[in-house]
Amino acid sequence: MLHQQAAPSGLGHNSFPRNAGTPLQLEWFENQQVNTSAAERRAASLTTRRSVKKEYQAAWLVKAMQCIDLTTLAGDDTPGRVTRLCAKAKRPLRDDIVEGLGLPEMPHVGAVCVYPTMVSHAVKALKGSGIPVASVATGFPAGLTPLPMRLAEIKYAVEQGAGEIDIVIHRAQVLLQEWNALYDEVAAMREACGPAHMKAILATGDLKTLRNVYKASMVAMQAGSDFIKTSTGKEDVNATLPVSLTMLRALRDYREHTGFNIGFKPAGGLKTAKDAMNWLILMKEEMGRRWLEPDLFRIGASSMLSDIERQLEHFITGRYAALSHHPVA
Amino acid sequence: MPSVTEVLQTMDYGPAPESNSIVKEWLAQHEKGFGHFIGGSFVASKASKLDVLNPANGDKIASVANGLPEDVEKAVEAAAKAFKSWSKLSGFERAKHLYALARHIQKRERFLSVLETMDNGKTIRESRDIDIPLVARHFYHHAGWAQLAETEFKGYGPVGVCGQIIPWNFPLLMLAWKIAPALAAGNTVVLKPAEFTPLTALAFAEICMEAGLPPGVVNVVTGDGKTGAALVAHKGVAKIAFTGSTEVGRMIRQQTAGSGKKLSLELGGKSPFIVFEDTDLDAAVEGVVDSVWFNQGQVCCAGTRLLVQESIYEAFIARLKKRMETLRVGDPLDKSNDMGPLVDPVQLARVRGLVEKGKQEGGTLVQSPCPLPAKGNFFAPSLFLDTEAASTVMTDEIFGPVIAAMSFRTPDEAATLANHTRYGLAASLWSENLNVALEAAARVKAGVVWLNSTNLFDAAAGFGGYKESGFGREGGREGLYEYLQADWIASAATAKAEPPKKLSGATEAALPASDGAIDRTAKLYIGGKQARPDSGYSYDVKNAKGKVIGQAGLGNRKDVRNAVEAALKASAWSSASAHNRAQVLYFIAENLNSRADEFVKRLTEMGASTSAARREVGASLQRIFYYAAQADKYDGRIHSTNAKRQTTLAFNEPFGVMGIICPDEAPLLSMVSLAMPALAMGNRITLVPSQSQPFIATDFYQVLDTSDVPDGAFNIITGARDELAKTLADHDEVAALWYHGNAGGAAMVENASAGNLKSTWVFGGKRLDWFDATQGEGAEYLRRACQVKNIWIPYGE
Repeated sequence: MLHQQAAPSGLGHNSFPRNAGTPLQLEWFENQQVNTSAAERRAASLTTRRSVKKEYQAAWLVKAMQCIDLTTLAGDDTPGRVTRLCAKAKRPLRDDIVEGLGLPEMPHVGAVCVYPTMVSHAVKALKGSGIPVASVATGFPAGLTPLPMRLAEIKYAVEQGAGEIDIVIHRAQVLLQEWNALYDEVAAMREACGPAHMKAILATGDLKTLRNVYKASMVAMQAGSDFIKTSTGKEDVNATLPVSLTMLRALRDYREHTGFNIGFKPAGGLKTAKDAMNWLILMKEEMGRRWLEPDLFRIGASSMLSDIERQLEHFITGRYAALSHHPVA
Repeated sequence: MPSVTEVLQTMDYGPAPESNSIVKEWLAQHEKGFGHFIGGSFVASKASKLDVLNPANGDKIASVANGLPEDVEKAVEAAAKAFKSWSKLSGFERAKHLYALARHIQKRERFLSVLETMDNGKTIRESRDIDIPLVARHFYHHAGWAQLAETEFKGYGPVGVCGQIIPWNFPLLMLAWKIAPALAAGNTVVLKPAEFTPLTALAFAEICMEAGLPPGVVNVVTGDGKTGAALVAHKGVAKIAFTGSTEVGRMIRQQTAGSGKKLSLELGGKSPFIVFEDTDLDAAVEGVVDSVWFNQGQVCCAGTRLLVQESIYEAFIARLKKRMETLRVGDPLDKSNDMGPLVDPVQLARVRGLVEKGKQEGGTLVQSPCPLPAKGNFFAPSLFLDTEAASTVMTDEIFGPVIAAMSFRTPDEAATLANHTRYGLAASLWSENLNVALEAAARVKAGVVWLNSTNLFDAAAGFGGYKESGFGREGGREGLYEYLQADWIASAATAKAEPPKKLSGATEAALPASDGAIDRTAKLYIGGKQARPDSGYSYDVKNAKGKVIGQAGLGNRKDVRNAVEAALKASAWSSASAHNRAQVLYFIAENLNSRADEFVKRLTEMGASTSAARREVGASLQRIFYYAAQADKYDGRIHSTNAKRQTTLAFNEPFGVMGIICPDEAPLLSMVSLAMPALAMGNRITLVPSQSQPFIATDFYQVLDTSDVPDGAFNIITGARDELAKTLADHDEVAALWYHGNAGGAAMVENASAGNLKSTWVFGGKRLDWFDATQGEGAEYLRRACQVKNIWIPYGE
């Protein structure tokens, strides 16, 4: 059982005790209520209740950048494309902007996220940078390949040097409320991850209801996930604030039950600096200051970084920036 | 300003002030003080000045005139003059004006938001995202009503000059709620904004000029309570609309009694916020935030009595306390603050006093740990635990950011606790179970019910209270009626009703029974049984020639008490299905028909010709049929409120216990014309029949006995009309009272009704022609026999 597993030394982890999971506890979620309209109202008003300006805004955007899992998950990915992305991950800002912000050193993103066959290229490109490589696995994005193959895929990615594994859950198990089966699969995946840090993608766009989102979150955490993540980016509906709110409440409740701190990663559809600010506000209001660090919060994104760069340039120069003035990812 | 590197450590929000430079410029332009807005322009007043303070720091930001009676006089004159042409405009023309007002408000939305925040202290988030958008929405919606009023309200016309007095908690929104429907219906207005918050009303006056509203249609007179009192007292004002405290509402009811002025009152509340055990607790926690820490809790419909099912009480309170830790209080112009200051030091002192009392009575006070600014009228979000149903903080309206909590065991107990208050404005009910939620919504006595939500407002839905929260609705179709009057009432016969004759228990000998029949004793009818009058006296009933034809019971206070008690117990009638009520009414007609000859004989005995008597009995049968037909057809509406996945159901609910005072003329027909609509809508009634011809009613209880009318649904007390009316008007369990007597009696009824602010319908001593169906029957009677409850149901999975 994973409970006895030693604390990992891999990247992406934090100083808190690693989530050891629990046996499946149906009573923690079976009767959970989530009122969709109320969740939508809270999500809508949350980002109108807080506003962050000037130096504060610049700092928050730098923080968002540090939490980005810079991602490429496309059929046409090549070693060259991945290497270029890694270069951007290491130097996400122009030197003049780093200087203008008064930062002591070049910040970097939270991780680079790729397909398993691209892990080795990313590991090579990021060597010595301190940036972990995250790999999707388990038949991403649908997760419908046979379980042994999904587990083998995890092991392959870890062997290739991935410090973080973004697994996808088997959505049918949620839609059919087969919690035992879901628990067993996710627990097996966590075991396959070994020391690598596991993010469980719930594909909330497929789960449809917030009740399902809450329940799937809880099972994923009970089965030992280090992070829970909203979307693959391939579903019809990506990360939304109401879904994120629901997952955070599950995360908070799990923490109350077990004392383990679980991370959260919204992914898919987060493209703008404004999105980044909205999610940071959500994290701060619902979870508190500690969840604004990359060991407990990641944003799965690719184009968001460019928008943040432009906003930061505007902060420094007072002029609106052109996309072409920033190095391409 | 800390460096970016420093902020990266703290991740604080930092200051985010909304600029107020444009509003300051505007205030500087008006540094010498504002005049009143009368007849289309600002006019100077001889009145003294009132300082307007910014509640966030106590700074004086403007001065306004403290309106004198002569200012009110000028404004009413201007409004009366404008009424002549404004009321004659086509709906389309009025619609264009209201539409223009809406557009101009939108063009200046940020200006109005900032000004409102500086004047009232509400956060810029609220003024920007809630108040001002709702203001524009109200004018748009009512531009539509202006267009449609002629066709949608056939047989109704404007009332005349409306005097409108608004509170300080939502200054511009309350102005919109008052002015938009009044103008749409063809009225003109004199509006007095609250003494603390007159500035957005004056900015609105500028907008009226900009938008080309004809002079005099809207007049704004600033001032304090005395200015308001002058407006209420003015003879040229046909209608008073007031939003404010129950205490002032009661004074206005008394002051306007007998004046013939139409009146609507939107008063205080102590609304329940009920959390059932199957609720999404986090959703309900946010509900509390939006309920009582919205607008610093200075909200008449705020859910301030937190009732939580015992099985989840601890868990819920723990979450609520945790949530309180992240609330932010401070500069209301800062976009990251959840709460600003209370409106005035006076209000702060009041809230502090009540909170102190709550502590003295043993309540445990929990407050948000957020720091409060040193200056300004700030008060931390507060939660009282260890309070009971009788605690002051659980019974009294605090009008501040304070909620008091207690637990309940069952849905039944929740309903009892919820209704255990003199108020009845709103209720916020939380349950994921449709059955639990809808049953609670049906049982709670409140004009506005929010399921799994709170403080939702929209122009298309009516807002207003039950019980001492006032009467009348604002918004939606039901709100328009407050600014319309039925043509038949305006043009009803002006024949004056006589004051009632003095009755004596000293009786004379009656005419001998001609046919040797057994003597019949006319008793009172209480709780489905014939009852001797408590006084033990009877009074002589005379025929048209003045001959005594028998004695009727001389009912007194105690008989009224017993009758109301019986009516209270007969609650099953109110919850019976409409079909069931219709069947009973039809049965009454059937049984009256089979005794038609008896009633004809009785009417002729009193002096009617046989043909007139037959006509009255025939008309009575027809009228009963009319209301039997309406019982399951005069139903509610579904309002098209402005949100997705949400339905708003407007129910026509009975008042409960009603009193009905019948006129002398057409004693059978007038009695059924008044009793049947009240019964059809589900009210239980205590009826005082014609004083001079009571036998029609005492015969009628034989009909009731055979018609399956439940005991206590229809009670009859004979006797001295106005003494009985006074007792009913004074009675706190009587929720509505219809009075058909002389002008003095009407004034007495309206004055006494102020006790529990019951809804009254009097005719100022006018006599109606009960045979004329346009006067004697119709939807207006049904409308007056119920109160509208709006239930908001957001949905979605």
